[in-house]
Amino acid sequence: MSFLRILWLILRKDLTVEIRSGEIALTALLFAVSCVLVFAFAFVRQGVPPDGAAAAVLWIAVLFAGTLALGRTFDRERQSETLRALLLAPAARPAVYAGKLAGIVALMLGIELLLVPLTAFLFQDPLFAHPVWLAAILLTGTLGFASVGTLFAAMLVRARSRDMLLPVLLYPISVPVIIASVQGTDALLQPEINVAVLRFWVTLLTCFDVVFVTLALWTFEALMTES
Amino acid sequence: MIDFETVAVDRVSRHFGRRRALSRVTFTARTGAILGLLGPNGAGKSTMLALLATLAHPSEGRIRYGVNEVSALGAAVRARIGVLGHDLFLYPELTAFENLAFFAGLYAIADAPGAARAALTQAGLADRADDPVSSLSRGMRQRVALERALIQGPRLVLLDEPFTGLDDRSTAALTARLAGLRQSGAIVIVATHDLDVADGLLDEALFLRDGRLVETMARPAGLRSIYRDVMSRPAATPASPVGRA
Repeated sequence: MSFLRILWLILRKDLTVEIRSGEIALTALLFAVSCVLVFAFAFVRQGVPPDGAAAAVLWIAVLFAGTLALGRTFDRERQSETLRALLLAPAARPAVYAGKLAGIVALMLGIELLLVPLTAFLFQDPLFAHPVWLAAILLTGTLGFASVGTLFAAMLVRARSRDMLLPVLLYPISVPVIIASVQGTDALLQPEINVAVLRFWVTLLTCFDVVFVTLALWTFEALMTES
Repeated sequence: MIDFETVAVDRVSRHFGRRRALSRVTFTARTGAILGLLGPNGAGKSTMLALLATLAHPSEGRIRYGVNEVSALGAAVRARIGVLGHDLFLYPELTAFENLAFFAGLYAIADAPGAARAALTQAGLADRADDPVSSLSRGMRQRVALERALIQGPRLVLLDEPFTGLDDRSTAALTARLAGLRQSGAIVIVATHDLDVADGLLDEALFLRDGRLVETMARPAGLRSIYRDVMSRPAATPASPVGRA
């Protein structure tokens, strides 16, 4: 069976489950919105935000909401041991990983759809002045973070202290993605954008994505089989 | 399509760190027979099923499906294995039909919706097809889970405590389904504590204790007294295959 068909089946299943329950999307979205609001009330004085704060606040909210979503997504697979059922299928296990990754990325991008306008409004920053560059940074940054997160969340699904271990493992590894995402977004907010700088950050993020996704696809089968 | 008529477990051990969950277990399961794995909690029954399901690798020894090991067969062997775990492997938010159609798709069944509908009819739940699994009773969920495990027509069927939480009617239906699988030539391996139900159902019983195979018995009758006798023996007693017609 083709890799893409398995990916699609798992993505469609995850989206259907999420649309029915709304559990992860609502929890992560409320958390992210609260995060942006708290920062906005703390940092914006008399309608003037500090320089570069919007980029940092946006990514802090995205990453924390993403971590929450990663943990809950795999908790759901653990509750009825459905992850085992996925691994028991004759489908290529990297395709199972890719399906779960696609679900997480879709969820995070959905949250960003609401989070970016909110951040732009509260911090009065021109986040939408260059929508193509913004989309490129959000997509590559989200994919890089989610690719590592999906692998670790799947690995830790049976670990007793998974809620503690996931951020401990995930954040140090994804620091390059976080830095590049924040710097790329900050470059978008400058009065005069420098296309060369933006291209550099997007290219760097794309390289991280290729490396992280390739490594995850390569190691997923071995990591999910109890040796 | 890969097929096999025997599953041979040859001196298989499985360690978790320093703990030995299974120790040099050897047996052969054949087509058209129901084999029972019996033993107390922690005896290694679920570990044995996980190894047979290819979810874990043996630390020592080998498992052959027909003449080949998993390493030679690859992922395709999983298409011939059906597993009903202690947990049901179903998504509670999805309907019974959606669950079965999803797994039929994963097993590359050409007409996944048709296979799901046929499975629901087999389970006697065609009228509950569009109900979320979370709204079904334990017995109904178990029937859906069993059909999920069988939807691809597996040669090897592995069941971990399949009778837990079932009422008499559901137990009788499950027993009849297992007998039907035997008739159709499946290799059925059941790990269970429910000796009364297993009595008369099993073609062969393997008694496990502390990860060791302590007794094997063909067509056992009066399982409860045999079990009590086997488990009360001193721990050092070696395995001694005993056949009873």
